[in-house]
Amino acid sequence: MGFPHKHLIDIREYSREDIMTILETAKTFKQINERRIKKVPTLKGFTVVNMFNEPSTRTRSSFEIAEKRLSADTLNFGGSGTSTVKGESLTDTVKTLCSYKVDCIVVRDKHAGVPRKIADISGVHVIDAGDGKHQHPTQALLDLYTIWEAKGSFEGLHVGIVGDIGHSRVCGSLIPALKTMGCKVTLVAPQTLLPARPDVLGADGVTTDFNGILPELDVVYMLRIQRERFEGAPYPSLREYNMLYGLTQDREQYMKPDAVICHPGPINRGVELDSYMADHPTRSLILDQVYAGVLVRMAVLYLLLGGSDNGADS
Amino acid sequence: MALILRNARLIDPQVGLDEVADLLIRDGRIVEVGHDLTAKTYVERDLSGKILVPGLVDIHVHLREHGFELKEDIASGTRSAAHGGFTAVCAMPNTTPITDNALAVEYVKARAAEVGKCRVLVSGACTKGLGGETLAEMGDMVAHGCCAFTDDGRGIKDTGMMRRVLDYAAQFDRVVMPHCQDDELVGKGQVNEGVASTRLGLEGWPAEGEELEIMRDIALCRLTGCPLHIQHLTTKRALDLVRAAKAEGLPVTCEVTPHHLVLTEDHIGDDYPTSLKVNPPLRTAEDAAGLIEGVVDGSVDVIVTDHAPHAEWEKDREFELAPFGMIGLETSLSLILTYLVDKGIIDYNRMVELMAIRPREILRQERVALEAGSVADLTVFDPNIEWTVQASDFLSKAKNSGFIGYELKGRATDVYVGGYATMENGVVVE
Repeated sequence: MGFPHKHLIDIREYSREDIMTILETAKTFKQINERRIKKVPTLKGFTVVNMFNEPSTRTRSSFEIAEKRLSADTLNFGGSGTSTVKGESLTDTVKTLCSYKVDCIVVRDKHAGVPRKIADISGVHVIDAGDGKHQHPTQALLDLYTIWEAKGSFEGLHVGIVGDIGHSRVCGSLIPALKTMGCKVTLVAPQTLLPARPDVLGADGVTTDFNGILPELDVVYMLRIQRERFEGAPYPSLREYNMLYGLTQDREQYMKPDAVICHPGPINRGVELDSYMADHPTRSLILDQVYAGVLVRMAVLYLLLGGSDNGADS
Repeated sequence: MALILRNARLIDPQVGLDEVADLLIRDGRIVEVGHDLTAKTYVERDLSGKILVPGLVDIHVHLREHGFELKEDIASGTRSAAHGGFTAVCAMPNTTPITDNALAVEYVKARAAEVGKCRVLVSGACTKGLGGETLAEMGDMVAHGCCAFTDDGRGIKDTGMMRRVLDYAAQFDRVVMPHCQDDELVGKGQVNEGVASTRLGLEGWPAEGEELEIMRDIALCRLTGCPLHIQHLTTKRALDLVRAAKAEGLPVTCEVTPHHLVLTEDHIGDDYPTSLKVNPPLRTAEDAAGLIEGVVDGSVDVIVTDHAPHAEWEKDREFELAPFGMIGLETSLSLILTYLVDKGIIDYNRMVELMAIRPREILRQERVALEAGSVADLTVFDPNIEWTVQASDFLSKAKNSGFIGYELKGRATDVYVGGYATMENGVVVE
C-alpha cells in the first residue's frame, strides 16, 4: 500500500502528497457512489467503532455511510447512554472497546486531544472526527476535495474564512491544510471570534472588512454561528452579526464572478448566509461538500486500514 | 551524644561562610563550626565531597491530609520532602476540612509530629471555607502556630474583601500569600493564552489574568501596609510589577516554581501531557527567561514547588478534565542545581538565599545559619551526582511530575532536622 500514516489525527502531519493521495482516491470512489448497488467488499471483516461522545448527526452519518459502502462492520458507541456518563474513565472505556478486537476507532469528543490519547491507549487506527475546538481533519479534507473539484487546483487560490474561527475545530485543520496545499488564507472576524494567535494556525492575515476583502477571494468559507449562546455571546445580536459578517445577496456585487461559497453545515439561514447565497446555483458548494464527505471518508478509511483493493473496478 | 559532620563544604551567605570544615551538633543545635572538632562522646559522619547548607524550606506544598489521602498524606509528603533535601515545608490550607480554624491547624501539627519526616509549617485560610466572603479566625490560628495566610488555589475575587483580609491580617505580623487569578478573565483557561491555546485548541489562560490581580493586590498592600507574598508568579510583566513595588518600599515578596523556570508552553506537545497542566500555566520562553533574570537580580525571593500531588487515574484523563498541578519536592533542588547553578547563572550563595534563608524570613521562622547556637536543620547535597528522574523513585504517593526522564546533576544526600538525620546517603531514615 505505501500510505505512510496509521492515524488521521493531526492534519499537520500530512504532506501535500498525502493529501493529494486522499483526494485522488476519493475521486475514484465516486463511481461506487453513483451505482445502483453502492457497496464494495474492500473492508469486509474490519470492525470500525464510531465513538461519538458528543452529539453529531452529519459527521456520524457520513462516516457510517462511508464505512457501510466499504463493507466494514460498524459499531455506534456513545450518546447519552455512554459509560462515561456512568463515571467510567476514557482509558477504561477504550480498553473495553479494544477487548472486542476492533480495527479502527472514529472519535468525536468535546475535549481536545482525545483522539491522540485513544491512539496511545488502543494501538488501533484512530480517525479524529472532531476534538473539542482543536481539529476536524476529515472536514478539512472534504473541503479541500470540494474546492479542488470546483477549481481544478489549489495554486494561487485565496480563501477567506468568515465567522467564529476561535471556537472552530474545523479551522484548526482547515487553515493548516489550505496552507499545505499552497493557498492564501485570510480570516474575517471580530477579535471576539478569533483565536489568540491566528498566525499559529497559519493564517496569512486577519481583517474585519468583509466588503473590502471579498473582491480578492476565490473561495468564501462561511462558518456556522452558534445561535444557542446569548448571554456572554461574542456579538451583540444575530442581526448585527448578519450586518457585519453575513454573506448576503447585497454582498455579491463585491465577489469575483467565479468565487464559490463553502459552509461546513448546518447553515443558519439569515445569519451567516441568506437563502440567495446558500442556494446559489453556481457559487454554493454546500451540498457538494456533503457528498465529498462520504468520498473522502471512504478514501481515508481505505488508505489507513489498507483494505484489499478499492473495489472501484470490481 | 554529640554529632560531628566532617569535611563537607559549608556554605552560608548569612555568616559569610564557604569552606570545608566540621560541624559539632548537640541537643539539636550547632555548637561549633571549625576544623578537627571533637567531643567527649560523639558519632561522626564523613561528608567529604558534599556541600552542606542551612536546611531547605519549601513554603508552598500541598500535603493533602486531611481529606485527599489518595493523592498524598503527611507521612508520604514529608518523606518526599526529606528525599528532596527539605527540612521544612509549609502546608497549604485547601484540604478537607479546610484549614481555616485553630482546630485544623492543630490537626496538621499533631499529624506532622506523629508521622512527619520534616517540619511542617501550617498556613491558614484567609477566608472561611476559602469562600472569599467571611474572614477566617486568623488570630486564633496564629495563637495555635499558623505561620501565614492564603486562599491558595483561587483568588479572592472581591476587592473589598481582599482589602479586609489585608487590613485584618496586618495586626499579626504574618504575610498574606495570594494566589493571583482573575476568575472572570481566566474562565476555564487550560494553558497559556497565545501559541499553546491556539495550537492545542484549548481555552486560554491569559498572562493578564494573573498580572491584573497582582497589580490590584500590590495596590491593596500600599493601602493596608500588610505584608504580601505573591504565590507562584509566572510572567515577566508580573515580575516587573513586584520590582516596582519593592522599589517603592512596599512589603511585597514573591515566589517562582522550578517548572515555570525550566518549562514553557512549548513543552506541552500534541500528546496533551496532563503532567504539564499546572495553574498558573506554563508561560512563554520569554517569561521563563524573565523569571530567571529575577532569580538572579533578587526580585524573586523564593523558589517553591507548589507540590501538587494527584492520583494517577486523576491525571490519566482528557486534558481539560485533568486537575491542575505537578509534584516537585523530589526534583526542586536538583533542577535548580542543574539549570541555574551548574550553568553558572546563580551561585550556591544565591541558591541558599532562595531556598533556605528567604523562605524562613517570609514565614517569620527562626533563622537557621551555620553558626554556633543555630538550630541544626541542615541539607547536604552532592553536586556531582548525575541521575535520571524516575516515577518509581518518588516517595510521594503521586507520580505527576513534569520531569520524568530528565537527566539532572546534583542531588540531596543527607538531611538533618533538629540534629537528627531524616535522610542519610540518599535514603530516608525510618
